[in-house]
Amino acid sequence: MILAFDWTQLAQQTVIGLSNGGLWALLALALVLIYRSTGVVNFAQGEMAMFSTFVAWSLIHHGLSYWEAFFLTLVISFAGGVALERVAIRPVERAPVLTVVIVTLGLFFLVDGAARWFWSSETRTLPNAFSTRPINVAGVAFSIQDLGNIAVSLGVVALLFVLFQFTKLGLALRAAAVNPEESRLLGIRVSWMLALGWGLAAAMGAVSGMLTAPALASFDQNLMQPVLLYAFAGAVLGGIASPLGAVVGTLLLGVFVNLIGTYVNWIGTDLRLPVALAVILGVLLVRPAGLFGRASVRRV
Amino acid sequence: MAEPLLALEGVEARYGPVKALHGVSLTVGEGEIVAVLGANGAGKTTTLRAISGTVRRSGTIRFAGKGIASRSPEAVARLGVAHVPEGRGTLSELSVGENLRLGAYPRRDRAAIREDERRVLAHFPFLGERRNQRAGTLSGGEQQMLALARALMLRPRLVLLDEPSHGLAPRVVAEIFRIVGELNEKDGLTVLVVEQNAILALEAASRAYVLEVGRVALEGGSDTLRRNESVRKSYLGY
Repeated sequence: MILAFDWTQLAQQTVIGLSNGGLWALLALALVLIYRSTGVVNFAQGEMAMFSTFVAWSLIHHGLSYWEAFFLTLVISFAGGVALERVAIRPVERAPVLTVVIVTLGLFFLVDGAARWFWSSETRTLPNAFSTRPINVAGVAFSIQDLGNIAVSLGVVALLFVLFQFTKLGLALRAAAVNPEESRLLGIRVSWMLALGWGLAAAMGAVSGMLTAPALASFDQNLMQPVLLYAFAGAVLGGIASPLGAVVGTLLLGVFVNLIGTYVNWIGTDLRLPVALAVILGVLLVRPAGLFGRASVRRV
Repeated sequence: MAEPLLALEGVEARYGPVKALHGVSLTVGEGEIVAVLGANGAGKTTTLRAISGTVRRSGTIRFAGKGIASRSPEAVARLGVAHVPEGRGTLSELSVGENLRLGAYPRRDRAAIREDERRVLAHFPFLGERRNQRAGTLSGGEQQMLALARALMLRPRLVLLDEPSHGLAPRVVAEIFRIVGELNEKDGLTVLVVEQNAILALEAASRAYVLEVGRVALEGGSDTLRRNESVRKSYLGY
């Protein structure tokens, strides 16, 4: 048994898991960003990412190359995220959490409906971002697409880390999210920081969507619904308030779900989503704060 | 006489339907320490919040020649008003160094900010040693000092200090007032301080206002107020 074990397959499936997990990580980070500043899970995050992907599709359809469309879509998504916050979230900024949750649910249907109205519901395809050629690493063939997805995901995570940890704007974004009242006393325009957070979240979702779509044979307006669930599961696993947790959680989940689908026959590809939901349930029962969540330490 | 740095005239403020200030008038001149005294619920904290814009207010508030009664808290802060709120307002999730950097957030003069940080840390050396520690893990007194240090990083024209003695040991409180006095003498720091501890406040301030149910009941020089019988009975306890 042991001797016959196919290590190549394990390595390949792990990389595929990381590739999926990386794309979920971007959406999970978007969720965490909004959660930390607005205090709710943005149920519309996946649909916003789907909308962005359709924008990219249209741009490519009008003759732009994949990467031209990619970066233009990022800008459009950022602006769209800021606009959504101004129009839909700003009026309920001080409302109870439940009100805000309902608003994001409303946004889910609004954005979803808008995408179905603008773009007919036929299936479509996005060209590949990377070469589909396999590449040989230490005798194991990996797909360049998977490695590219991992690289882009980690790159975006790194950029975000630099923004939040090493720039004045990032510092203000963090302060505004955690202590809005005190931050205003320091001269930080908290309300704009929230809008900026929505813009960043929308752009990250867009990256996730634009890399998720090419890997599929075809996609429609349901593109990001499973991704949102995986992202949410990973974020809960890592700790919904922790950006690092969201990344580690989704990567772990990506590998776990892919390996269990590969090696446990009766799960296969059909039962992966329920596995993710079981992870959410398990984490909430055993360690509600998640792997990286911490009870906040405070002395008075 | 030149126009005072800060002037409130007939300022009213309300929390929802509840009126907390019924027409407060006071002035703070450049380089002064002015105290606001009064019992719990007299409107001391609300007066500071009316100035910084964290409560709904009406009336006239002029700061450095500008009307600020309808400006947002962030706009007031950008004019050079550093409000150290009750409970200190330290950003507990962020590090000590990040708190200090945010104190200078509206400023663009990087070199001067670095210089100010050196000067501020000279007053509070322990903050330099704990630059990377989360602010929430500091003791209450240390957080109060951090809040004061952060306010100084704005290079403020006016500091609003709300109940700096709140919940702190007398030795720590004395140290905080000593530093405020020193900054006032050396750098001409202007301070409007709200304080339950009237003895300390009258020692530090040159003038004071006594609030009663949202109105100024008494005002005068600290020495005059100290001799006033009702002030002595109600606030000084002898």
